[in-house]
Amino acid sequence: MSYITKSPWIIHYDGSSCNGCDIEVLACLTPMYDVERFGIINTGNPKHADIFLITGSINEQNVSVVKQIYEQMPEPKAVAAIGICATSGGVFKDCYNIMGGVDTVIPVDVYVPGCAARPEAIIDGVVRALGALDEKKKAMEKRPHETTTAAEAVANLDRMGLPDGAPPEPLEELVLPGDDIEVKYFGTQPDDESADDSKNSGSGKEEA
Amino acid sequence: MPVSIYAVIGLVCYLIAGPFVGGLLSGIDRKVTARMQGRFGPPIMQPFYDVRKLMEKEPVTVNSGQDFYVMCFLIFIIITGGLFFFGENLLLVIFTLTTANLFLVIGAYSSNSPYAQIGAERELLQMMAYEPMVLLTAVGLYMTTGSFRIGDIVAGVGLDSGGIPLQYLVGIFIGYLFILTMKFRKSPFDLSLSHHAHQELVKGVTTEFSGRTLALIEIAHWYENVFLLGFVFLFFPNGTWYMAVIGAAVALLAFFLEVFIDNAFARMKWQFALKSSWLVTITFGAANLILLYYLRGLM
Amino acid sequence: METIIFLVLIPLVIALALLFIRSDVARGPVIFIGAAATAVFSVILAVRQGIWSDVGPNMLWSGGTESAEATGYVMMGIEAALAVVIFILGIKYKKVLACILAPVQCFILIWFELHAGHSIEVKNNIGIDHFALIMVIIIGIIGTLICVYAVGYMKDFQSHHPEGPDRRWWFFFLMFIFLAAMFGIVLSNNLIYMYFFWEITTLCSFFLIGYTKTEEAVRNSFRALIMNLLGGLAFVLAIVLLGGTYATLEIDRLLELGSSAKALGQPDYIVNAVVMLLCFAGITKAAQMPFNSWLLGAMVAPTPTSALLHSSTMVKAGVFLIVKLSPLLGVQGIMDIGGPGFMVMMVGGLTFVLASFAAVTQSNAKRVLAYSTIANLGLIVACAGIGTPEGVWAAIMLIIFHAVTKSLLFLSVGTAEHNIGSRDIEDMDGLFGRMPRLAVYMIIGIAAMFLAPFGMLISKWAALQSFVDAGGVWVVLMIVFGSAVTVFYWGKWLGKLTAIVANRQNIQDKVHGEEWFVLTGHIVLVIIISLSFPLFSGSVIVPFVTHFFDGITDATAVALSGDNMIIMVVLAATILVLPLLFYGRTRKRVVPLYMGGANEGDNLTFAGSMGKDIPVSLRNWYMEGVFGEKLMNRVGLVTTCVIFAVSFSFAGSLAISVFRYIQGGGTF
Repeated sequence: MSYITKSPWIIHYDGSSCNGCDIEVLACLTPMYDVERFGIINTGNPKHADIFLITGSINEQNVSVVKQIYEQMPEPKAVAAIGICATSGGVFKDCYNIMGGVDTVIPVDVYVPGCAARPEAIIDGVVRALGALDEKKKAMEKRPHETTTAAEAVANLDRMGLPDGAPPEPLEELVLPGDDIEVKYFGTQPDDESADDSKNSGSGKEEA
Repeated sequence: MPVSIYAVIGLVCYLIAGPFVGGLLSGIDRKVTARMQGRFGPPIMQPFYDVRKLMEKEPVTVNSGQDFYVMCFLIFIIITGGLFFFGENLLLVIFTLTTANLFLVIGAYSSNSPYAQIGAERELLQMMAYEPMVLLTAVGLYMTTGSFRIGDIVAGVGLDSGGIPLQYLVGIFIGYLFILTMKFRKSPFDLSLSHHAHQELVKGVTTEFSGRTLALIEIAHWYENVFLLGFVFLFFPNGTWYMAVIGAAVALLAFFLEVFIDNAFARMKWQFALKSSWLVTITFGAANLILLYYLRGLM
Repeated sequence: METIIFLVLIPLVIALALLFIRSDVARGPVIFIGAAATAVFSVILAVRQGIWSDVGPNMLWSGGTESAEATGYVMMGIEAALAVVIFILGIKYKKVLACILAPVQCFILIWFELHAGHSIEVKNNIGIDHFALIMVIIIGIIGTLICVYAVGYMKDFQSHHPEGPDRRWWFFFLMFIFLAAMFGIVLSNNLIYMYFFWEITTLCSFFLIGYTKTEEAVRNSFRALIMNLLGGLAFVLAIVLLGGTYATLEIDRLLELGSSAKALGQPDYIVNAVVMLLCFAGITKAAQMPFNSWLLGAMVAPTPTSALLHSSTMVKAGVFLIVKLSPLLGVQGIMDIGGPGFMVMMVGGLTFVLASFAAVTQSNAKRVLAYSTIANLGLIVACAGIGTPEGVWAAIMLIIFHAVTKSLLFLSVGTAEHNIGSRDIEDMDGLFGRMPRLAVYMIIGIAAMFLAPFGMLISKWAALQSFVDAGGVWVVLMIVFGSAVTVFYWGKWLGKLTAIVANRQNIQDKVHGEEWFVLTGHIVLVIIISLSFPLFSGSVIVPFVTHFFDGITDATAVALSGDNMIIMVVLAATILVLPLLFYGRTRKRVVPLYMGGANEGDNLTFAGSMGKDIPVSLRNWYMEGVFGEKLMNRVGLVTTCVIFAVSFSFAGSLAISVFRYIQGGGTF
């Protein structure tokens, strides 16, 4: 067990949420739920964060922002889509400006559906993300450390700092909220196809 | 200069135990803060977990220069504390501390990031706000003990028998406690770098640091906090063991006072930070010093 | 003896030669040779007079008694001629004060010379001590380096200002005359001689500031002239008072008179008044408040002028005189309030803190440097005013470090200005990428100005300690606040320089070879003195201070303790070596900056609303509302004027009553 699971720092981003899920995310920090028990801190800075919590679906305007925040998080990192909109687009799925769930732009490790997702579910989602983090950490140890020369650094700057030829680890399986938590699904449940899309779009971006 | 055995012990203890004590204090801080807010709070060892985790993260940077400054920051903080616990000159210690802090500021500036630069400027502002009081503390201690050397101050060399520095320096002590809030980066003066999320300048000076570099900054802060509490201790020693114990206890109390203040106040604007700390420096620190001069017939 | 005359003559001859050389091709070599000769001779003089000897060169020379009379008449003639020149220029530009001040002091002096001065026998016209030799080396090396730098700089300057006639012959003539006069000032023991050279530096700076002849330049040059003439007037009055009562004109005799009176515990009010007048002259020359505006105005001149005025000449002449009088200053008790020591100390302290405050609000690099010069000179003046050996030690250290570092910074800013087209700190964004070598030089210079463990901070430390020891609690407060602000304004500049901005073109290959030579020379000097200061403190400054103040038995108490100095040197070496070993050696992946996720990928623009790219522009913090320049100058004007008024009315009334007492044959 690496230390990453003992100190997961999160960054929270609001895609196009109605703020319902956001309020629930923040509720996790309050005395009632107190996620700091698990060492969880809301950092507000991708460079410090380990887990990316996104509420709301992704729209045309913020797709680049979400990608950039994700890219700026150092490995190992995990993404949790909070609420049904982030999971699949929810009721907004067919809107003209909505891309869909978070996994249409970045790989997602944990889906926490719900409208709004309940704090218990969110905490459980974060705790499950820890498992994904731990696995990524192990995978990272096997991989040689990437370094950049000055020339490459300049090239990287132009490419918004995408890692060299090393796409994020493909997802082994989707981790869904446990059975012990009662979850209501309002939107479409994410299926395997959309997960595959996310992989393709993710790695396709890397090679571009 | 014969090197006293106590000085060597002090130095070695600081170098080895410093980060552990600092980290533990930070853990206790978080626990106490949580309890004050009606939360359970993280484990006491949480700061150590955080640092271990940061060490494991992927090493990234925004340019090839900034890590160097952070390394210098850590080195000079350790030198500062080392000189302090070795019993060297107090003014030398203060000046070295300024240099150390400046390295952090430059590190933030060097990234040319908007958030980091605002943090760096505010850090400079805080340095400007607290430095007069820190220097006056050194001058006050010199006035009462007749020496800038920490070794002599701790041994109570120049004191009247039975006295402690604090009895002449009550105003300066209050002033020092005031600016200590700034040095510990606590509300209402956590302008440059706050521990709380969702603020206008992200993470201030540390915005562009991540992973191992951020861990080094955290360790440097642990070292720094221990040294700052050592400063509080200097108001008490007169060469006897019981005053040393009382001094250590008051230093701890001062730390909890800062935690309490942190939770009791909202963050203030920079104008308030600068003006209030200078006002306190003048009304408590300078007045104390001037009084001391006239009482001692030195003017 | 010959070397002394040579030292003044070499720059003089070079200056005269430059007056007639109008071609670039010939001027360069002449300046190089002249500068090299001056530098070499200054070092030879210092070594031959025994700057390293412990006993000290405290020697006095008659300076040729047989020709003294003739020399006196020549000087008088030149002074009269200069007064006429100022008078004519004053009429031409309608400056009434200049028209009055210059002839008045000339008349007073000539009247005095013809009446009383004639009968005063001056034994030693020339006085050499460690301090004078230190000054000789500073002027000889820093001053000439600036002249060499000016060769390339003025070439650019001329091509940037093609509209005016090429008056570089005049510029270089003045530069070298300036050096000659400075040598004269620091080596004179006769106050008349010193006054003569003093007035020449005043006039040289007047012409140098007004070099471009623009309206602003003329206005500022007259301001400098008038303020310095005020000081000159005080100088003349001091000469008259001293000569008239004690029939002497020698600084060493003045020091003896004052010291013996001090030893008796009976203050000599005439000596006090003389010292006060001389210090006033020094204060005007050192651009202390309320006379600081002339030095700021001097910024209109080409940068080498600023560098020369700020580092090795002009303002240093002012503090030189005050430090020379330091044993007669000091504040022993409540009775000394209103004495010369009190006046000098308070003016210096106030200037230090107020000028430091004002520097925060400046974004023009040269103005920041100017305020920093004024502040540091304030500290030197205050150190001299405290009148203790420790204070003098700190003052001399400050003079040395300040001369080298400030010259380096001015010249660096000059080079930056010619290459990036601005002297604004805000435009130095990413200088690290555009002119890396220059940026590193500036960073070293700035670090040396305020950061432990470099030179200036060592002196500040010693100054603080000496004020605490001597009971100058008010000045302690001023230093404490002033130095805190110093960290702020240098820190933010340093931040601008170190910032690494993406995509900057390296443009530094356009810099002239001689500019690099001079800048590198400065860097070498800064590093050498930062690492070797315990050495020259121990073998030059401490012996001087122990000779200067009678009855010092414990020489170690004069300076900082040896351990501390060694710690400082070790720290300095650490800071210098660390970057060589570690800077830029990262093996990490380089990622873009965090800009709320809207970084466009180049670190220079972010995605704004409506799909518009907005360039990132980072600006520094100037706190105009807190440290407003005008406010500081106004406060400085009022407080220092009050101090002057109190001090002069005390000293004046006391001196007059003593004068009456003597005139009245011993009865009031």
